[in-house]
Amino acid sequence: MNVRHAKLLLLGALILSLLGAFVANQINPYYVFIAYDIAIAIIMAVSLNLINGYAGQFSLGHAGFMAVGAYASAVITNHFGELNFFAGNAVFAVALFAAGLAAAVAGLLVGIPTLRLRGDYLAIVTLGFGEIIRVIFQNLDSVGGPRGLSVQHGWTNFFWAFGLAAVTVYVVTSLVNSTYGRGFIAVRDDEVAAEAIGINTTKYKVTAFVVGAFFAGVAGGLYAHEKQFITPSGFGFMWSISFVVMVILGGMGNTIGVILAAVLLTLLPEGLRYVAGIQHVPGFSADRPLSWVGDTRMIIYSLLLIILMLTRPQGLLRLKTQTIKS
Amino acid sequence: MTEFLQQLINGLALGSIFALVALGYTMVYGILRFINFAHGDVFMLGAFAGLYLAPKIAVFMPLPSVGGAILVLAAAMLICAVLGVLIERFAYRPLRNSPKLTVLITAIGVSLLIEYVGQNRFVFGAAPKRFPDILPVYPMKLGGLSLSSNQVVVLVVTLLLLVALRFVVQKTKIGTAMRAVAFNPEAAALVGINVDVVISFTFALGSALAAAGGILWAVNYPAIDPLMGILPGLNAFVAAVLGGIGDLSGAVLGGFIIGITQTLVVGYISSTYRDAIAFTVLILILLVKPSGLLGKREVEKV
Repeated sequence: MNVRHAKLLLLGALILSLLGAFVANQINPYYVFIAYDIAIAIIMAVSLNLINGYAGQFSLGHAGFMAVGAYASAVITNHFGELNFFAGNAVFAVALFAAGLAAAVAGLLVGIPTLRLRGDYLAIVTLGFGEIIRVIFQNLDSVGGPRGLSVQHGWTNFFWAFGLAAVTVYVVTSLVNSTYGRGFIAVRDDEVAAEAIGINTTKYKVTAFVVGAFFAGVAGGLYAHEKQFITPSGFGFMWSISFVVMVILGGMGNTIGVILAAVLLTLLPEGLRYVAGIQHVPGFSADRPLSWVGDTRMIIYSLLLIILMLTRPQGLLRLKTQTIKS
Repeated sequence: MTEFLQQLINGLALGSIFALVALGYTMVYGILRFINFAHGDVFMLGAFAGLYLAPKIAVFMPLPSVGGAILVLAAAMLICAVLGVLIERFAYRPLRNSPKLTVLITAIGVSLLIEYVGQNRFVFGAAPKRFPDILPVYPMKLGGLSLSSNQVVVLVVTLLLLVALRFVVQKTKIGTAMRAVAFNPEAAALVGINVDVVISFTFALGSALAAAGGILWAVNYPAIDPLMGILPGLNAFVAAVLGGIGDLSGAVLGGFIIGITQTLVVGYISSTYRDAIAFTVLILILLVKPSGLLGKREVEKV
C-alpha cells in the first residue's frame, strides 16, 4: 500500500464511518459490535505491524499497551456524567488522545530495554512487560483491581472506530514510506549495516515502539467504551499473541494483508460460534446441522492456525514486499 | 530466621519443578533456536497421564506406595516423551527451514490446541480434577522447620533426574551428538550425525522431564486442570532465559532463582504480585546481562 492509496482509504473510511454512525442504530447491535471489534483489531494489528513487521522488533506485549489506554481513557471519561452529543464526543476525543499518550509512555519504557536485547530475548521481555502491566492493574484498587472497572459511557461508534482505524493505517503507511521511515526497514533488514551507514538504530526502534503503543492505547480506549467493562485479566498475553498471529498471517510488513487477517481472525471465532449454535445470529435460520462444533470451536481455531502456518508461512496474501533477499 | 528457612525450603521445592521444565525449553532452544511454547502443556499432560494411570497401576501395585509412585512417574514420562516426539514430527519438522517466527506461531497453535482439546468435555474437561495420592505422606520435623515428605521427594527426584540428564548429555553417544548439533547443525550432519534423530531424542528427553515436573507439581498441588501448564510453563521459560537460554546449568540455576524469589515475595510481600515476579527479575537481570546469567555473549559477525 502506498501513501496515495492510504490517503484515499483515509478519506473514504472517514466518510463511510460518518455515514455508518448515523445508520448504526438501524442495524442489529450484534453485528455493530462485531464491526467495532474488527476496527479495534485492525488498529491493533496495523500498529503492531509497525513494530514487528517494519522495524523487525518482536513484541509480544501489545495487549499491555491496550490495557494502559483502556484504563487511562476510562478513568478520564468516568469523571463526567451525562453529556450532550458535542461535549460527549469532545471529551471522548481528548480521552482517546490521552489513552494513546499514556500507552506511548509505556511504549517508551518498553522501548528502552530493546536497545540491548534482540530476537527471542526481546520477545520474552515484551511479554513480561505486558504481564507486569496486567498485574499492576490487578493490584490498583482505585480502578477496581481484579474486579474490573465499569465504564459509564458507551461512546464508541462507527465514526470513531473506523475513522481511527483509517488514521492508523494512514499514519503507519506514510511513516514507513517517508524518507525518515526507510530507516525502520533498514533496521529490520540488517541492523549492523544500517548502523554502519549512520542510521540511529536505537532511535528507530524506540520510535517504532512509541508509535505502535500510541495506537494500541487508542484501540484500548475504543475497546473500553465499546464493552463498557474492563478487567485486567482481559488483557492477558494470549490476546497479545492473537494480534501477533494477525500480523504474521497477513504477512509481516504488508499492511493490506494484515488488515485482511485482522478482519478474518475476528470473524472466524464469531462464525464458528454461529455454526456451533452457541450464538443465535439474527437474520439467519436457526437450523444448524453442525452443532457439534460447539465444544470444538476453539479446537478448530487452533488447528486452522497450525495448518495455515504449515501451508502458508509467508502469510495468506503473498504480495510483493520491499525486502530484497540476499 | 526459622520462617525464612521455611520459605527457602518451599522455594527450593517449587524451583526444582521449574528447573525440570526449564531444561526442556533450553534443550530445544539450544538445538532448534526456537521457543517451544507447547512445553508447558506437555507438563500438564504429564500430570493428567499420572491421573489416569494411577488407577490402572493400583490394580497390581497398591497406591499410595513408593514403588507405585515410581511406576506412575516412569509411565507418565514415557507417554509424554512419545507425545513430544509426535509434536515435533508433525508440527515443527515441516517448518525446519522456515523463519523462526513461523515456528513460534505454530508452537503457540499447538499449545492452544492441546489446551482446548484438554478442556473438551470428552477429553479431560475444564473443571479441576483431584490428583490421587500416589505417595504416602509423612510430616517431618527438622529443628523448628516443618517439612512435608512430598517436598523432600520433589528435591530428591529432581536431583536424581538432573544427575541422569548430565550423564546422558555428557557421557553417552547420543548426548555427544546433541551437543554437536547444538554447536553446529550443518557440521554435525557432515560428520554423519542423523540430525532428525537427535532432535527427536531432544524432544523426548525434554518432554519426559516436563512430565516428571507435572507429576511432582500434582503431588504437591493436587487440583489439576487443562490450563495448569500455562503459568508454570511461563515461569520455567523465564527461568531458562534468565540462566542464559541454551545452557543446561543456567536453566537449573534460573529455575531455583525464580522459585525462591517467588516464594519469598509471596511470603513476605503479597501474593497478588506472584505472576509479575518472574518477569521483573528477568528484566532486571537482562538489563545487566543481556544474554542471561550463564549465557555466552554471541559475537556478531558482519
